[in-house]
Amino acid sequence: MMPPLIEVRGLRYCYEDGTRALNGVDFRLDRGETVALFGANGSGKTTFVLHLNGLLAGEGIVEVCGLPVNRQNIPEIRRKIGLVFQDSESQLFMPTVLEDVVFGPLNSGMSRQDAIERAQTALHTVGMSAAANKAPYHLSAGEKKRVAIAGILAMEPEILVLDEPTTSLDPPGQGALADLLVRLPQPKILATHDVPFARALCDRAVFFQGGVIAAEGPVEDIVTRFGWELALERSKLRR
Amino acid sequence: MHRRDPRAKIAALMVFLVVLATAHRALPVLGLALVLLLSAALIWARLPLFSALARAAIVLPFSLIFAAVCWLSGDPARGFSLLLKSYLSALAVLLVVSTTPFPALLRGLETIGAPRFLLMVVQFLYRYLFVISEEAQHMTIAAASRGATVRGVMAGARFRAAAGALAVLFARSYGRAEDIHRSMLARGFQGRFQPAAALRFRATDAVFMLFASLAPVLLRATVERAL
Repeated sequence: MMPPLIEVRGLRYCYEDGTRALNGVDFRLDRGETVALFGANGSGKTTFVLHLNGLLAGEGIVEVCGLPVNRQNIPEIRRKIGLVFQDSESQLFMPTVLEDVVFGPLNSGMSRQDAIERAQTALHTVGMSAAANKAPYHLSAGEKKRVAIAGILAMEPEILVLDEPTTSLDPPGQGALADLLVRLPQPKILATHDVPFARALCDRAVFFQGGVIAAEGPVEDIVTRFGWELALERSKLRR
Repeated sequence: MHRRDPRAKIAALMVFLVVLATAHRALPVLGLALVLLLSAALIWARLPLFSALARAAIVLPFSLIFAAVCWLSGDPARGFSLLLKSYLSALAVLLVVSTTPFPALLRGLETIGAPRFLLMVVQFLYRYLFVISEEAQHMTIAAASRGATVRGVMAGARFRAAAGALAVLFARSYGRAEDIHRSMLARGFQGRFQPAAALRFRATDAVFMLFASLAPVLLRATVERAL
């Protein structure tokens, strides 16, 4: 049996204000998989993904490509895991799109020329080559998301982790993002509320509840079991 | 002028500011000569002359207070000097800022030894100022849609609402700063920005720097010798 790309065992995390966000999470991601993380707001999805590249450090075991997430391995792990944050505005902090996309490659010690070439390739992959010299502030939400993904792709990560990728995107934007993600070969973890999006991309889903994974299985099974898509329909039926 | 290396422009600006700050004799004539010099540079850079002259006056309300203090304390010449020097300094800075892309300007300042931490603060301010002001506008609209008006509400209630909005804005900005820092760390940030492109100081930049630096020095020397 192949070792998992990501293995998490007994992960617990408590914020400084005393909120227990994770209460013993066990998770694994295998090669070639795309997994959806479902769960209500505050159920621990974002806290969980922030542990995968060492941005938060809780109790328990987190291993990425066989490397334990610790201070020594963090630079290597951050090259392996590309984390796309929910709010692209916070992820695009450089004055121009190109400068933002080369940020990661330059930090990994790449020469300027190589970093720029890699950034241009990444921008081409997400269809944003024309925006290279624009200021991120002037892009639409969908374009910002694409550039944020380009910033991650430029680091050539082995795994992509996207936190609420469809937030603030209109339906065409969601469709375009799904098309883009399908084309990317990396295994993915998508923390999302968007069932059609997860259905289009994911092989498996896990459901976070109260800081633990309450269930996992095929996307349809999890959606049905937790009434995740039907909640809105039910409310309409009551009218 | 737009194509010149930012370091050449910054160096010329520094010389201009030193020449201006240390001038004491024949200030009205020297001021006029320097205004003409900067106006020529603005025209050469194809910037709107009168708009730039008007915009540089934004510093006057601040310096006017100190000039008034000087005037009232019996030293009107110092008050006039303060107004003139602050206006000309603002005009010179405006010229450099308007002809240099902001990232290149920051890179130029970094290479000549400006504190990196200060430049990072300026860079983030430049990037997020509009985002924060947009958030503030959204909050204003939200308040207005719930009946808040500038008039007609008790001053105390208005003050409390404004203070609350400011606190929320601060908390949001703090949260955003944490998100930004996390996203930087996630892409391998180790405390220092790596410039995406190296600056190239060409012979034409050196010639520009020489002439742009010499011009205010020669003007001052000529004016002071003539008067």
